[in-house]
Amino acid sequence: MRQIISILLENEVGALSRVVGLFSQRGYSIENITAAPTEDAALSRITILTDGDEAIVERITKQLHKLVNVIKVSSKQDDSSNIVSREILFVKVQAIGHTQREEIKTLCDIFKAQIVDITPELYILQYVDTSFEVDRFLKAVKEQAEVVETVRSGVCGIFRGEQSLHS
Amino acid sequence: MTMMSGAQMVVRTLEDLGVESLFGYPGGAVLDIYDALLESKKIKHILGRHEQGVAHAADGYARATGKVGVCLVTSGPGATNTVTSIATAYMDSIPMVILTGQVGTPLIGSDAFQEVDTVGITRPIVKHSYLCQCALDIPKYIRQAFYLASTGRPGPVVVDIPKDCVRPSMRFEYPEPEGEVKMRAYNPTTQGHKGQVKRAARMIAEASHPIMLVGGGAQLSGAKDEVRAIAKRFNIPVTSTLMGLGVYPSTDRQFLGMLGMHGTYEANNAMDKADLVFAVGCRFDDRVTNNLAKFCPAAKIVHIDIDPASISKTVNADLPIVGDAKIVLNQFIDAFNEFDLKENTEAMKSWWTEIEKFRHIDCLNYRHDENMIQPQEIIESVYRTTDGKAIIATDVGQHQMFTALYYKFDEPRHFLTSGGLGTMGYGFPAAIGAKIGCPDAQVCLFTGDGSFQMNIQELSTCLEYGIPVKIFILDNHTLGMVRQWQRMFYKGHISSTNLNSNPDFIALAKAYGHEGIRVEKPSELDDAVKKAISMKDKLVIVDILCNTDAKVLPMQQSGGSMSDMFLSEE
Repeated sequence: MRQIISILLENEVGALSRVVGLFSQRGYSIENITAAPTEDAALSRITILTDGDEAIVERITKQLHKLVNVIKVSSKQDDSSNIVSREILFVKVQAIGHTQREEIKTLCDIFKAQIVDITPELYILQYVDTSFEVDRFLKAVKEQAEVVETVRSGVCGIFRGEQSLHS
Repeated sequence: MTMMSGAQMVVRTLEDLGVESLFGYPGGAVLDIYDALLESKKIKHILGRHEQGVAHAADGYARATGKVGVCLVTSGPGATNTVTSIATAYMDSIPMVILTGQVGTPLIGSDAFQEVDTVGITRPIVKHSYLCQCALDIPKYIRQAFYLASTGRPGPVVVDIPKDCVRPSMRFEYPEPEGEVKMRAYNPTTQGHKGQVKRAARMIAEASHPIMLVGGGAQLSGAKDEVRAIAKRFNIPVTSTLMGLGVYPSTDRQFLGMLGMHGTYEANNAMDKADLVFAVGCRFDDRVTNNLAKFCPAAKIVHIDIDPASISKTVNADLPIVGDAKIVLNQFIDAFNEFDLKENTEAMKSWWTEIEKFRHIDCLNYRHDENMIQPQEIIESVYRTTDGKAIIATDVGQHQMFTALYYKFDEPRHFLTSGGLGTMGYGFPAAIGAKIGCPDAQVCLFTGDGSFQMNIQELSTCLEYGIPVKIFILDNHTLGMVRQWQRMFYKGHISSTNLNSNPDFIALAKAYGHEGIRVEKPSELDDAVKKAISMKDKLVIVDILCNTDAKVLPMQQSGGSMSDMFLSEE
């Protein structure tokens, strides 16, 4: 079961490595991770997508809480009723000849993806949506064109409703 | 306004924190700190002979006194040599601050001479760590380190100090301490949840087969009086983990002995039959529980621990209470008074009848032999001679378990042993630290001929500072515990456990300027122990040849329940 863990922590030297280290040290998996400072420059926020049942995730969150720099930890099952989450995908594809370029353009229009860079032979496509939709888009692109490389941001998410990491 | 260098700030901050004993070993990166240390009148520096020993001594000091143990080592190998000691303290939640030198900040990351990523290497085995960036970080981080080490669930904290931060020519205004340290993201829970305490209090009073399980958390929080008062109030049988020994008096009728892999028959059977386990500051590790699926099938678990992550980690707690053991137990006493809860006399009478049957097995009985000393006899002899009042350090192995079972600890902080990590070589330096912290106490070490050789160099430290610890080597010419497993579970294949080239420990003691006594016959044992203890100002090594094939029994059967045990050789 995919779970999203949100962590608010002090922006100190080595704080991120303590979080990541804890996962490997205790045998928990990280599917993806994003980290960036918050509106309070002294704090960072990390979003981690992990795999595990509720008991394991509870254990992870307790261990995360023990880290001295960690202020708050919260976890939810990764589904859209709990959480608004987005991922960015960039995909560089071969786009040679009028027909192929048109086909890719049409695909992007259907998905509301953008073409953000062009060369005579390449397009860079940008797509922002949930991880699930990103997977779907990437599959459609692969069927349509030759993919040169891709990069995904990992999940960035925020819980719905009143629940907040800020106390 | 006091201007001082970073090096002077290290010393001054430690002085302000009340540090009297600093265990250390100098080197390039900490030369300036050592120079500043010469000016200190308040701090006594104890020079060890290896950084592992230095840091274990700080650990032993902390365990015996309850204060934070502090050590100072240089960068690179100085720091890496403390890794085992830090891990030892971490596993047993011992408050310790490790100050490590580091190469200058401009050199960090350049593979400079004696550079190592100390913060990185120690990350999984510390409560927290700091890398100073400037001189003014030093007082701030050291104060935070002491605060972190000694509050909440205690543990070791590393402060890594680059050489340019302690440069004597760079002077800054010393920031005077301002009351208690406050940290935004660190706020341990000490008070138990009131509703949970009340519910648990009723469960304890209503249980017909309750047992109290005391762990290292009760030891660290100083909950001796509370544990004793509650056990007495309800006439509850008490058992203890290795780390909890001494919190409840071992000589008291209600004490069943240690539980777990080498626990007593009565403790493990009482656990197995209990309908309520009242666990105070323990973490249910695998040496305690045996097979988790078969652990205490009939029992509700009330679990007090200051670390929420220790609750329901292995054994599911039916009623968890996060908080400091001493504070929470006082809340329990209030609740007992509020509801006027008393001993369930009838139920306890039948419960004790059952327990006395377990006790009747007399599982610690062992066979004596007039020609060969049994290891248990050694512990018992020292116990008698010291009136059971000595501070005892051990290493790891058979002698450690024999000590836990046969030395009846009646007071907390008297048994110093590496429980979680199981570090051979821990005992001797820990005994040194304990003697420095408690100079009036009788400090003894039980060790093995294997373990002792892992930090034997500290004999030199003892000569330098006149540290008269008494060392009893249970000398069986083998790595006893490993041999026991080889004999029991590896078809008797003895692989690399014979120690046939031991030094002459008596000659060695003398070479280091100490005393040595060899004991070979059971008839000589008591006199030798008495003689050693009577030499008050001397370190004495008593090398006692004992049965190579003795086994630590009873022993739980792997994969079984608490009560599935081997009781004898047969």
